[in-house]
Amino acid sequence: MAKTKNVKKEMSRLANFTKGFFKENPVFVFLLGLCPALAVTGTVEASLGMGILVIFVLTSSNVVVSLIRKWIPHQIRVPSYIVIISTFVTIVGLLTEAYAYALHGELGIFIPLIVVNCLILGRAESYASKNKVHDAAIDGFGMGLGFLGALVVIGFFREFLSTGAIAYGVYLPLAETPGSIINIDSYVFSMDAFGQAPGGFLVIGLLLGIFNFVAILKRNKKERERQRMIEEKKRQALERKRQKAKEKAGANA
Amino acid sequence: MSWTVFFVAIFSSMLINNVVLMKFLGVCPFLGVSKKTNSALGMSAAVMFVMVIAAFVSYLLYYLVLVPLEIEYVQTISFILIIASLVQLVEMIIKKVSKKLYKSLGVYIALITTNCAILGIAVENITSDFAGQYGLFPGLAVAVTTAFGAALGFGLVMFAFSSIRERLEGSNVPEAWKGVPVSLITAGIMALAFAGLGGIVG
Repeated sequence: MAKTKNVKKEMSRLANFTKGFFKENPVFVFLLGLCPALAVTGTVEASLGMGILVIFVLTSSNVVVSLIRKWIPHQIRVPSYIVIISTFVTIVGLLTEAYAYALHGELGIFIPLIVVNCLILGRAESYASKNKVHDAAIDGFGMGLGFLGALVVIGFFREFLSTGAIAYGVYLPLAETPGSIINIDSYVFSMDAFGQAPGGFLVIGLLLGIFNFVAILKRNKKERERQRMIEEKKRQALERKRQKAKEKAGANA
Repeated sequence: MSWTVFFVAIFSSMLINNVVLMKFLGVCPFLGVSKKTNSALGMSAAVMFVMVIAAFVSYLLYYLVLVPLEIEYVQTISFILIIASLVQLVEMIIKKVSKKLYKSLGVYIALITTNCAILGIAVENITSDFAGQYGLFPGLAVAVTTAFGAALGFGLVMFAFSSIRERLEGSNVPEAWKGVPVSLITAGIMALAFAGLGGIVG
């Protein structure tokens, strides 16, 4: 008995961790934190850096909010969350400046702006303030990973369309010398706009549209299958009725 | 320092470095409250109000309190607290002064705390070092003018975008692209148009 309960709990914890990846993806489903998702996703590496910073801030602020959730008066909860979050944002900003200066220069103003990222405040308000510490930490980490994934997907398309290559080692200390994973030498389109401001809106809009399109196709398929099942059942019922009627008629005759 | 500085500050922060389309600040209200022209205009008015006051107060706070005390690293915390309390204050004042204005702006004012354009402009005023370029108080004037121009730019884009969205309601958009996706693509095309203005003022 105890064992099954444990398994159930583990499962729910796993679900809690993975819900941010697809089903409740903060960017593509809830449209939270769109400002950084548009602004810093010009390259994959900058997106990766932003995602890592957000994971750190989100996890730690979730933990602290969850730790002191019983002492925060209800009326001033939002200002207290903001103070907690901005403390971690300040820490993260100083750390980035010290250890990844190129990334600090690239993200610029969007590091202090993590404070007003609706995703972080939203998780503090809707999850961390109501749940235990380890659950809040798992939730923060999973949601942060979902955010990172979304940013990297957007960054991939934007960097590839604008330069034809995916570079690494430019902003993050990933390699000794900067290089690139994909590099099409004869890339002639070089659509600069995708690396700059307009491309952010276009790429997110197109991605959202494509996701919607796939979801609608799936739903339609399911709907058709359901319809077919209903028809099949109706047909069977009708046949059975006919059979019965025939038998009756045969018995009468 | 001549008057052209102010002209350039307004023009560049309104059109060339537009807050929404070029700097991606304030995208949440840009997508959230732009379904109707009236609410978009209300939101822009509230943003203008708070943005100018926030730029003024945060600039003074930074140079008169944080710099002398050498605690510039608490910039983010202090600015966001200033903005949050300012939003509360503005809400109370408007409620007291004009019931009518409060009725039309009240809902949007509460949303402003999480509008990254306000904090973004406040921080950017510090990073562009107006005090170093023009002196402390002339720099304050330039900072406030920049904030005013940014708010004007926000209002302009909100108005244009909400008008487009009202038209989009009635048009025949493919099922999958209805709502947010088509709005984002529209915003992208608008941003392309605004990108063409770059380089007018050096």
